[in-house]
Amino acid sequence: MSEATALDELPGELLMWVLIVSELLVFGMGLAAFLGVRLTDPAGFAEAQDHLHRTGAALNTIVLVTSGFLAALALRWREGGARRKARLALVGAAALGVVFLVIKGAEYAGKAAQGIAWDTHPFFTFYYLLTGFHAAHVVAGVVILMLVAWKDAAKNIEVAGAFWHMVDLVWVLLFPVIYLLA
Amino acid sequence: MKYETQKIAFVYFAVAMALFAVQVLGGLLAGWIYVSPNTLSEVLPFNIVRMLHTNSLVVWLILGFFGAAYFLIPEEAEREIHSPTLAYIQLAILVLGTLGVVVTYTFDLFQGNWLLGKEGREFIEQPKWVKAGIVVAALIFLYNITMTVLKGKKTAITNILLLGLWGLALLFLFSFYNPGNLALDKQYWWYIVHLWVEGVWELIMASILAYLMLKLTGVDREIVEKWLYVIVAAALFSGILGTGHHYYWIGTPGYWQWIGSIFSSLEVIPFFAMMAFAFVMVWKGRRDHPNKAALLWSLGCATLAFFGAGVWGFLHTLHGVNYYTHGTQITAAHGHLAFFGAYVCLNIAIFSYAMPILRNRDPYNQVLNMASFWLMTSGMVFMTFVLTFAGTVQTHLQRVLGDYFMDVQDQIAIFYWMRFGAGVVVILGVLLFLYAIWVPRKEVIEPGAADKVAAE
Repeated sequence: MSEATALDELPGELLMWVLIVSELLVFGMGLAAFLGVRLTDPAGFAEAQDHLHRTGAALNTIVLVTSGFLAALALRWREGGARRKARLALVGAAALGVVFLVIKGAEYAGKAAQGIAWDTHPFFTFYYLLTGFHAAHVVAGVVILMLVAWKDAAKNIEVAGAFWHMVDLVWVLLFPVIYLLA
Repeated sequence: MKYETQKIAFVYFAVAMALFAVQVLGGLLAGWIYVSPNTLSEVLPFNIVRMLHTNSLVVWLILGFFGAAYFLIPEEAEREIHSPTLAYIQLAILVLGTLGVVVTYTFDLFQGNWLLGKEGREFIEQPKWVKAGIVVAALIFLYNITMTVLKGKKTAITNILLLGLWGLALLFLFSFYNPGNLALDKQYWWYIVHLWVEGVWELIMASILAYLMLKLTGVDREIVEKWLYVIVAAALFSGILGTGHHYYWIGTPGYWQWIGSIFSSLEVIPFFAMMAFAFVMVWKGRRDHPNKAALLWSLGCATLAFFGAGVWGFLHTLHGVNYYTHGTQITAAHGHLAFFGAYVCLNIAIFSYAMPILRNRDPYNQVLNMASFWLMTSGMVFMTFVLTFAGTVQTHLQRVLGDYFMDVQDQIAIFYWMRFGAGVVVILGVLLFLYAIWVPRKEVIEPGAADKVAAE
């Protein structure tokens, strides 16, 4: 009766994939709504976008992609039996997640200093919703990475890594659309 | 019946069905007031009739859930319920509270009294003593079933059911907070109603449906459990922040419009998954269970929930649409089909499955029961269509053209007449169902193949 299905071939954990697909749907819909509302006021959106700190965001992209790389290495090392190295890589990945949050926090503080809030312009409503929701996932990701650095079964690292790469992927989608799209 | 204490479910189901009858009769009266607005306007005002209609719905559905838990947990946990006495005390408290509410609402007794009077809110306005009683009953219930599960076998079905029932009870605690600010009042009571029907009740629904599929189709438990977890994950992911779709126009900040629109759009996914689950299980299943009526109600539940909660919900959940349709008959259309499909059909499915077992007899009157399904469903679906048309016309006249509310109501009177007719059909279906369940006759589908023991 329990014949093998495509689902059984998924690496890691089925529920994590349900979560990942759900998250991608949410961020995808958020970006689609952002682009839709942007059509109604291209000049206002361009003006608002100029207030963003593009260099900081570009730096954050490098930070997060590097962190994702470390998480991927951790799994490879764990599977190769290098437990200590894998743990260090996971802690390093989590630390880079914290660096991302610090840079992000500085960015938010800069906005607040300019008197910019979520209701200043529709652009900023989406900016805060999307990057804020993403940052919340970074916080969750840091916690998860630390958890699997502690309980370091290869399966755990794989599942945590899947989540962390999703957070990475979402940022790589948010960054060009929100910060760069002219 | 494998376990003696499953018998507790019998009285819960009986009280639930009695309240069900009261609830639909209240609905019929409310439907009549729509076409003849002065009916009983002094004795029993419309707002009270409406409150009785919705509150008795919620109460009988919850009684059905309690009964379902007492019925299926012994089988799943493979042991008797911890304390049958407590279970009966719990029911007695709930019945007393329900009677107290009905009498207090109808005669407006103890007006303004902190403990005994109704609270003057739109929905969660039970007198404080009733709310306290509900909490005591809920604590007794949670203690009773949790002890049973802890001492017995733990399955995915009981885990999810317990999670849903704990959530149901804990979220009700918000009803004790009654802020003076109307916007806050609404914000908090959605924590109860929304997080119930679009959150924890979905867990209860998925687990009861999973139990029924297990029994009726004979599919492997492992497959059922995988579906169950995916459905529950999708329901909680979309439903919790989906609460935002109630915060568009009540005075909460504007970012809720996007949070609510995006997350509540995804609420259709768990309902679609439940429908797919039910049908896939039946296709894969190799058991030819004699209780066809229970199977029909289970499939009907999953299908109508998808349309009523999923499709009709999505219809007006985007804030750009809801800006126009908010509080029109569109909402009433969605509310009727969603509650009927998701939770009424679910309860009737478990009643249809469990009652013959509880009374230790073959599933009699299957044809009548199935006829009642088609009567109730066609009545309810017709009502949904009629109210959707009424809501569309109302939205255009009132919200687009700006006509006055009562002028618009006069213009859509024809729809209210048709809704009343649809209501009569639903009532006939309900009466037929109660007859089929309670009045024994000798008719069984495929006599001989009928096997009253629903072995797994």
